[in-house]
Amino acid sequence: MSTLSISGLNVHFSTEAGSLHALKDVTFDVPERRIVGIVGESGCGKSTLINAILGLLADNGEVRSGQILFEGDEDLARLSRRQMQDLRGPRIATVFQDPMGALNPVLSVGRQMINIQYRSPQSRAAKAARAVEMLKLVRIPDAESALGRYPHQFSGGMKQRIAIAMALMMEPALLIADEPTTALDATLEVTTIELLKDLQATIGCSVMFISHHLGVIAELCDDVVVMYAGEVVERGTVRDVFRAPAYPYTRRLLECDPARQSRRTRVLPTIPGEIPDLRQRPRGCVFAPRCLERHAGCDTPQVEHALAGDHRARCNLAPARSPAAVPP
Amino acid sequence: MRRLLREPLGLFGLSLVLLVILGAVFADLLTQWDPTRINPRDRFLGPSAAHLLGTDQLGRDLFSRVLHGGRIALYVALVSTAISLAIGIVLGLIAGYGPRWLDNLMILLFDAMKSFPTVMLALALVTITGPSLTSVILVVILVNVPGYARIVRTQTIAIKSSEFVTAAQSMGASTARILRVHIMPNVIGPLVILASMDIPVVIAIEAGMSFLGLGVRPPTPSWGSILNDGFGQIRETPWIAIAGGLPIIIITLGFTFLGETLRDVFDPRLKGRG
Amino acid sequence: MTAAPILSVEDVRVAFPVGGLLARDAILGVAGVSFEVRPGETFALVGESGSGKTTLARAINGLQDISQGSITFEGVRIDGLGRARMKPLRRRMSMMFQDPVGSLSPRMTVGDLVTEPFRIHGHGGRNLRDEAVRLLNLVGLPADFAGRYPHQLSGGQARRVGVARAIALDPALIIADEPTAGLDVSVQGEVLNLLNELRERLGLAMVIITHNLHVVHHVADRMAVMYLGRFVEVGETGTVFAAPRHPYTAALLSANPEPDPDRARDRITLPAEVPSLMSRPSGCEFHTRCPWAQAKCAAMPPPAGDVACHFPLSPGARPPPREDRP
Repeated sequence: MSTLSISGLNVHFSTEAGSLHALKDVTFDVPERRIVGIVGESGCGKSTLINAILGLLADNGEVRSGQILFEGDEDLARLSRRQMQDLRGPRIATVFQDPMGALNPVLSVGRQMINIQYRSPQSRAAKAARAVEMLKLVRIPDAESALGRYPHQFSGGMKQRIAIAMALMMEPALLIADEPTTALDATLEVTTIELLKDLQATIGCSVMFISHHLGVIAELCDDVVVMYAGEVVERGTVRDVFRAPAYPYTRRLLECDPARQSRRTRVLPTIPGEIPDLRQRPRGCVFAPRCLERHAGCDTPQVEHALAGDHRARCNLAPARSPAAVPP
Repeated sequence: MRRLLREPLGLFGLSLVLLVILGAVFADLLTQWDPTRINPRDRFLGPSAAHLLGTDQLGRDLFSRVLHGGRIALYVALVSTAISLAIGIVLGLIAGYGPRWLDNLMILLFDAMKSFPTVMLALALVTITGPSLTSVILVVILVNVPGYARIVRTQTIAIKSSEFVTAAQSMGASTARILRVHIMPNVIGPLVILASMDIPVVIAIEAGMSFLGLGVRPPTPSWGSILNDGFGQIRETPWIAIAGGLPIIIITLGFTFLGETLRDVFDPRLKGRG
Repeated sequence: MTAAPILSVEDVRVAFPVGGLLARDAILGVAGVSFEVRPGETFALVGESGSGKTTLARAINGLQDISQGSITFEGVRIDGLGRARMKPLRRRMSMMFQDPVGSLSPRMTVGDLVTEPFRIHGHGGRNLRDEAVRLLNLVGLPADFAGRYPHQLSGGQARRVGVARAIALDPALIIADEPTAGLDVSVQGEVLNLLNELRERLGLAMVIITHNLHVVHHVADRMAVMYLGRFVEVGETGTVFAAPRHPYTAALLSANPEPDPDRARDRITLPAEVPSLMSRPSGCEFHTRCPWAQAKCAAMPPPAGDVACHFPLSPGARPPPREDRP
């Protein structure tokens, strides 16, 4: 059973200049105990996706169709505000890029971590002990005295770890991490990633890890979903997608990543152009205008093709290229 | 602008304000009565076709006095607000961008000015200059400048460490240029909205001072002095008081609704989520 | 025959007083840095938060006073120069800032933004509108962008506007603070390619500040790695990448994972926190986090030179196993 199973999700925003089709036919799973990475650049729809899952879409946004199945039986897109509120926190937790989004600057860390446990009937002392336990798990030095300190007394990296501790304290089924390490320096980023990996193994939750940092995704995640302009263009295990990318955008993205360029070159590859206007989606492939392998078949709607195993790509050319393709 | 017109409250506010403005501007066309013309035989008349709001204790037509009083109110409002803004912006920019000691000094000054109750300030000033329109304007300026300067100062402080200001410094821009081109355009936005919401306060100050006899001298009609007359003559007729109070209410509502809608239009974040 | 350096920084220190009005204590943001940049060369300052690289960049550009040392630009000593005397030199040295959109004044059009240097320094009769078009073309933006506002630009486009503004007066040196920050991976190459191209075309020297080592690899001739306000390693980029000699450099290089899931994870992990500038470690300041640290490292500061380390690494060195560490 998957912790999260999204199928055919379509989200629209009504704007002054027309209806904006922000997410189109988004389909992917976050299996139990797996870490799934969501890769995409600006405008790919990551934020909209997270908001849709958490029930936090803006007033002018709506889920037109599709379902977001949580733990096999609840469709998050159909739940009421109150029901979503009950889920957020104990069952679905989030960590954001800026830890100060989760930390109240005027309350001590201990107070906040105890407050989060408000649903639990335990004594205050027990809650404090649990908080200390979590802080130790995320390797905050001197955890007992950390309870009495305020967020501004911790460095950026530590604040993020405290935010992670708070998110995982209720042992949620799903952790959504939205670019949690983007603002951290490289050396800090890798330690935080390793920490997340250990925690996930210990607690056993599923993780949805959103990032534009390909190297981190390759290292941390089991599966990866590549998004472009509101669509899932490729998905599969990290190994399949990164070693044999089938969708041209994924290929170009990997080529552009400076970390890939082992040889020093004076002219770096880029992807020229911009994402299309999402108020008027092209009829055919959404990446076609910028694709170097464009051909006649790209003007028709693209279907998601199954390649080896769970590897899928939304490009009509993919099966021809991939030897292990399964005919649709 | 379009978004403003779509908000019902904003539209309502705008219409009220326009009503008063047009009334004041076209006063002479809208009524044939001279607001200062005394007509003792027609005292205390109730509203009628000839006198839309009736007459006061000296037989003067109230509708005409209200319309002309609008001119005083608007004149005071515009002139004093414009001058207060100008002075407030300059002082605020200096306080915000200049050295710390200057800023501290100016804050001290602003706080001192703000701590005076308006009425006492008015009394003190009028003792020196005598009651007149100018003294009203002066009081309004003294009351408003610290507030505006404070806002501009806060915004300036917030902006002066922005990257685009640093970029300008790195290009060698002079302080004057930075203040004029980079800082000022980005701080006056909220100020304009605030000023428009302050206009009812300004008008109230004028009315209040005239009510107390510290403002315009009779026979010049001012809403405040009409109100004063009205209270004095309340046993004879309520209409004088109504004539004095009604326009004040209308313009206050008008500018308040307009100002709030402008604020919501320009910064929807202040309205609430979404 | 090497030309005279265009920029010469000698033993620069920048101290920030702490503790209120009668501050006695100070923290050293930059603790003694020296280097030279030759005409047409690209020099990279690499470091993480708190390394002092941004402070140093601002000091070079005259936006930050220094407490000690000297900065010489095109033969003129510029530290301590008053604003008036610094102004003409600003035609020759321009700076690009980290936030692509935030470094552009929000209420000015792109056309006004790129021609602002002319407005400040005098345009000598040039037609500003033509200049705007010329500059936009140089950076690959269409002429009709001149009417747009910063909030209407994407990160990459805003970055290009920043470049156009920086080259407006034909400077000899550009300081670029995190030129790829905030940009998607697919457009990072655009900016770097542009900078390289302009460098070759206009003969510019550049100082690039970044924490992104991969950017450095492709753009810089020489590089310096900074830690707590000092250089820990300086050298030719290719050499440093191939065989880092300072443990911190080695750790930085290993901290940037490649998007290859099968690659061996031979990472050098550092204990998490950078020490606070208020309490600098003794001896070699990196010893508190260094996997190779020995007793001598805590006791004595490292020798002067290109590598600030008592025991520079040999190529391919691996950190000793955890149990062996002191």
